[in-house]
Amino acid sequence: MTSSTAMAESSKTPTTAPKAGVAGDNRYKILESTMKRHQYQPDALIEVLHTAQELFGFLEINMLIHIAKSLKLPLSKVYGVATFYHFFSLAPKGAHTCVICMGTACYVKGAANILSEAERLAGIKAGSTTEDGALSLMTARCIGACGIAPAVVLDGKVIGGQTEESLGEYVKGLISNGSE
Amino acid sequence: MDLNELIEIKEKERNSAKPIKLRCCLAAGCISSGGQSIKENLELAVKAAGMEDQVEVIGVGCMGLCSEGPLVQVDPDGILYEKVKPEDAPSIVAALKGDEADIKKGDIHHPFFTKQVPIVLENSGKVDPEKIETYIASDGYFALQKALNEMKPATVVDEVTKSGLRGRGGAGYPTGLKWGMVAKTQAERKYVVCNADEGDPGAFMDRSVLESDPHRVLEGMAIAGYAVGASQGYVYVRGEYPLAISRLQTAIRQARKYGLLGSGIFETSFDFRVDLRIGAGAFVCGEETALMASIEGRRGTPRPRPPFPAESGLWHSPTLINNVETFANIPVIIRKGAEWFSSIGTERSKGTKVFALAGKVKNTGLIEVPMGTPLRVIVEEMAGGVPGGGKVKAVQTGGPSGGCIPYSKLDTPVDYESLSQIGSIMGSGGMIVMDDTNNMVDVARFFMEFCMDESCGKCIPCRAGTVQIYRILTKIREGHGTEKDIMKLQDLCEMVKTCSLCGLGQSAPNPVLSTLRYYREEYMEFIKRNVSLNGNGHKTK
Repeated sequence: MTSSTAMAESSKTPTTAPKAGVAGDNRYKILESTMKRHQYQPDALIEVLHTAQELFGFLEINMLIHIAKSLKLPLSKVYGVATFYHFFSLAPKGAHTCVICMGTACYVKGAANILSEAERLAGIKAGSTTEDGALSLMTARCIGACGIAPAVVLDGKVIGGQTEESLGEYVKGLISNGSE
Repeated sequence: MDLNELIEIKEKERNSAKPIKLRCCLAAGCISSGGQSIKENLELAVKAAGMEDQVEVIGVGCMGLCSEGPLVQVDPDGILYEKVKPEDAPSIVAALKGDEADIKKGDIHHPFFTKQVPIVLENSGKVDPEKIETYIASDGYFALQKALNEMKPATVVDEVTKSGLRGRGGAGYPTGLKWGMVAKTQAERKYVVCNADEGDPGAFMDRSVLESDPHRVLEGMAIAGYAVGASQGYVYVRGEYPLAISRLQTAIRQARKYGLLGSGIFETSFDFRVDLRIGAGAFVCGEETALMASIEGRRGTPRPRPPFPAESGLWHSPTLINNVETFANIPVIIRKGAEWFSSIGTERSKGTKVFALAGKVKNTGLIEVPMGTPLRVIVEEMAGGVPGGGKVKAVQTGGPSGGCIPYSKLDTPVDYESLSQIGSIMGSGGMIVMDDTNNMVDVARFFMEFCMDESCGKCIPCRAGTVQIYRILTKIREGHGTEKDIMKLQDLCEMVKTCSLCGLGQSAPNPVLSTLRYYREEYMEFIKRNVSLNGNGHKTK
């Protein structure tokens, strides 16, 4: 599903390889220098994908083609790696992200209820983004903040000791802002 | 860099220390609740009180008691302030002059602290993880110096073998034996890899060590590199740990600047470089062959062993792979000797183990205890039992590869053999306590869902088996199960356990098998409910 979204998304962007659109966009220069630093070695694929995602927020299909060409790898390999790892996203994320930790410690302290409440309020399932692009709701395997379980990551910031109410307030706030 | 210079840095750092230290925990848990602004406010308050010549504010790593964070410790008074708020800073500073601060104080004589034997965590909460000098002041890099200048590579391997250290990643393979194998293998290039892909949910020991004392791991790796004849090291660290990554990067940069990593270390011919490789969120990459595939930029799928990484690992070269905690034990073994180390622990499990305490207990956080400490001491005395006086039902160790230990087995000592005898494993050190409100069929299903999602899909027993086990568990949970399903479940678990390619599949059934062993009545309850509702369970789907 993620791949088809990425495909649909990519049709909106210029179909030419990113190289043609390089001018003025510093992000491509940074990506290029990362690949150069690794001497365009195929072994550096994961590092390069990390950099690309950091720069662009997600990995669109043209980006994968560009990286495949640069590292002299078949596109299938690049696509295979990008879809194997949970970290890489082929679809754009929402303006805000809310990651609910589903690790064991959070789970035994009620993370499942927190998640279903957040899903109910946002009207989406975990792993997707609200239609207005305001919020992406995600789950994590374990963020290692077990001492302060149940934990969530809101826009990159770890917050512990969550309840259905406390996270619900946050989600409600975003939803009402988003629709305005 | 030579020994004299190292001593000079140590002396300089020790002499420049101010008499009073305010240590602020800046590990991930405390940072998430405002640790950074507490540190800044303390600095301002010290300045405002004009006490800069006597008091220094230090950002340190994990102090262990995460549930009471953010923590601030006063040295040498030993006062531990808990749940500190940024606005508490002036009263903490005023208290240094004799005023009484109205902030919750921790009991540092509680078993949580007194029963610990810090070896791996000896510097955690004491040194500034972003300042190499503070690590050197705590005898850091002296072990590397000793190994390079006073010991032969084979002597280092011998010392590690004699110490009895076993792999802290979970399997408990003797570390010295592994080092010896890599050292013996002849090759032009060899590698040392630190497995910091701490994937078990509920485990955060490695994160904490990397955030609190990253140089210790680097020093351990460099000693390993010298012992086995490798000049390149990789730390494979989870992408989910941004703070650990940034502190490791800082540590590598500082060590390189001092010539403690790089070429000609301590003016010998020994070269050792360390590079980071960031994981991308795949649990299976904790398995060593999958981890190596990932370092090589490929999908993280495991391959059959042999050949073991010691013979053919990264880019087909002999590779030594150890866990973070294993490497963190090395400097102190070299510094204090194998004999000292092997005097701690039990006959077959030497040293200490770091555990991440979480779940339904009063004190959650990180502890380090000698091997052989009974689970009861950890759960009831140190962790303080279930808050509100509830009853401990089970202790889960080893994450998705481990099992649930029932209350009746709480007197079991923590060592590799005892834990596997009762159907669990030592694992990497996650310890999650469950109480009566946790249903064990749900717990088994939770772990199976995890393994099902994380199965890489390469071998069929794991790929298809975990899905089928999950389906049966769901069926039972929803009240449609029969006794036949329990039999099927058991058979499937045995099949997945014996036929899977790697550790993920081989151990995935453990949570189900251990809950079937100790909590079968909870499975039966769901089944009985089905029979009483439908008359005959076989009719329902």
